[in-house]
Amino acid sequence: MAGPKYPGFDTLALHAGQSPDPATGSRAVPIYQTTSYVFRDTEHAASLFNMERAGHVYSRISNPTVAVLEERMAALEGGVGAIATASGQAALHLALATLMDAGSHIVASGSLYGGSHNLLAYTLKRFGISTTFVNPRELDEWQRAIRPETRLLFGETLGNPGLDVLDIPALAEIAHGIKVPLLVDATFTTPYLMQPFKLGADLLYHSATKFLGGHGVAIGGVLVDSGRFDWGASGKFATLTEAYAGFHNMDFEEESGTRAFLLRARREGLRDFGACMAPMTAFQILQGIETLHLRMPRHVENTRAVVAFLAKHAAVERVIYPELPEHPDHELCKKLLPQGAGAVFSFEIKGGRPAGKAFIESLRVFSHLANVGDAKSLVIHPATTTHYRMSDADLKKAGITAGTVRLSIGLESVQDLIDDLDRSLKVSQK
Amino acid sequence: MKLDVDGKTVFAYTANHELDASKGSVVFIHGAGLDHSWFGLQSRYFGYHGWNVLAPDLPAHGRSAGPAFTSVGAMADWVVKLLDAAGVERASLVGHSMGTLVALDCAARHPARVERVALIATANPMRVGEAFLDAAKRNSYDAFDMHTIWGHAPQVPLGGNPNPGMWMYGDSQARLERLAPGVLYAGLKASNDYAFAGDVKCPVLFILGKRDVMTPPRAAKTLQEQIPGAKTVVIDFSGHSLMAEAPDATLDALIEFLRP
Repeated sequence: MAGPKYPGFDTLALHAGQSPDPATGSRAVPIYQTTSYVFRDTEHAASLFNMERAGHVYSRISNPTVAVLEERMAALEGGVGAIATASGQAALHLALATLMDAGSHIVASGSLYGGSHNLLAYTLKRFGISTTFVNPRELDEWQRAIRPETRLLFGETLGNPGLDVLDIPALAEIAHGIKVPLLVDATFTTPYLMQPFKLGADLLYHSATKFLGGHGVAIGGVLVDSGRFDWGASGKFATLTEAYAGFHNMDFEEESGTRAFLLRARREGLRDFGACMAPMTAFQILQGIETLHLRMPRHVENTRAVVAFLAKHAAVERVIYPELPEHPDHELCKKLLPQGAGAVFSFEIKGGRPAGKAFIESLRVFSHLANVGDAKSLVIHPATTTHYRMSDADLKKAGITAGTVRLSIGLESVQDLIDDLDRSLKVSQK
Repeated sequence: MKLDVDGKTVFAYTANHELDASKGSVVFIHGAGLDHSWFGLQSRYFGYHGWNVLAPDLPAHGRSAGPAFTSVGAMADWVVKLLDAAGVERASLVGHSMGTLVALDCAARHPARVERVALIATANPMRVGEAFLDAAKRNSYDAFDMHTIWGHAPQVPLGGNPNPGMWMYGDSQARLERLAPGVLYAGLKASNDYAFAGDVKCPVLFILGKRDVMTPPRAAKTLQEQIPGAKTVVIDFSGHSLMAEAPDATLDALIEFLRP
């Protein structure tokens, strides 16, 4: 560009969303540990409630510390804004509850985190919202699953745990062809490895608990809107384009155009469902984001070394990582994830379930727990934990077998990780 | 509400209120490439505090049909037709950036229709850099980048948005991306080519952002001299997008000025 420049990613990761505190000069983001905010007078109070002035009323709806995280994530993703939530699942629920009515239909990737699968397959069904799950790699399946009442296409940037690379440009084209948005769970990639809006996604969310925080001390989620989807032109989203009796008959699209989705999500979703983020949590996740651009390259570097080691290990049946040439999405990975395919991957151990059990119980550096994206390396057996509610057929669809082990590679000395894996693999084969 | 002006559909935000002949009226006129919602908080306030609000999307912007006007004079005449279509005899005009030129021109040539004029981020002449104009003419994304970056104070990408959770740069980009080719150029060129030399008799208020790099306060000096008696409010820390960067200070200045 001939003119002015935007701040770089690293600068935004450290600064976006925060000016030094005007009251104290505090450079670090202050933790506004407060539920509520004193109004200047009754007129000011009424203006805040009626959205005539900017500001905070009650921390379930917004909070100054949480707002820094929201603005920072919107900046890193290139969106119009964001809403931080109590968890990644709360972010997904907020997105769906803002867009869907009873009778709405979703087409979703079959390779989802178990919690997301449960929400779509079982819980939302009770409220009249149905989902058709498809093989994320088969674009024809997505197309065939679309119905007149379809309101959303949804998948993970990297499927769980088969590491399917979501073909966002192709799916965005399908979604936009029927005037519905594409929502992606970008947890595994973070804005450092992929910016889904640039590829055509309209909405995204993160489990901030994972790589964004990185420290494994806080549960949180962030829902980000690109602001690019034209709800008015779509005509399929009455929640955004028709008068809402629950907020002075506001037509959110008319009121705010590019900000309609977030406005409704905050004014209805946070108000009524209440899955907000606590200010301390926002502060903790912000501490993680400030080093995201330093941690992610190291996560990827360590992962590549571990993958290379496991790929030629005698006790390993196969390694599932999109950077490997035999992975079905290898070419797509090179195109969409040039900086790396993340730090979570799966492999199949020889010897099935007993070998997997012995392997996991023998590990010393890796921690056996239900999380990914920590600075510390983690391991889990999906078939008996994260995906245990899925039927055999759904497990197969998601690429999971009894011998599948999922690793999340941390920031330790990589040789220590390799030694730990090597020793435990040997134990598993005895 | 939807209105018909010269056979074209025009959308004007009314803060969800019917127009009432017994109330005073205020028209919000947005800048090049933007739309009515740029005045979101301020227009909503007036709509809920006893005013008729008309915040139109200029032709080819937002929900209004095109084509875009290519001169400030044509836009000013259109504002009068908008008032006619809405059945409003007389109104105060609040303009932002290009909209300030439209408001001024309208007040000078149609004094019977204009009560007061508030000019948010203005200059006379409102010169647009050659690189900016050229990029807009080519429909290059560079023009959106320049509009976004120069349209806000330098601290905005690193600072906190008064509107919780929103990213001003992203909002600006998303809005500009919805424009049809040529619309931004039409607005920028119209601003660049216009020179105000008229006479405005009604009360005028300047609201200027101290950190505005697009229309810095010094660029308003000629205009301030052309309109003796006009009041000026300079808002610290704000750039060109005062309604978003300093929403409360901007609103307070408008309330004080428009108070009957």
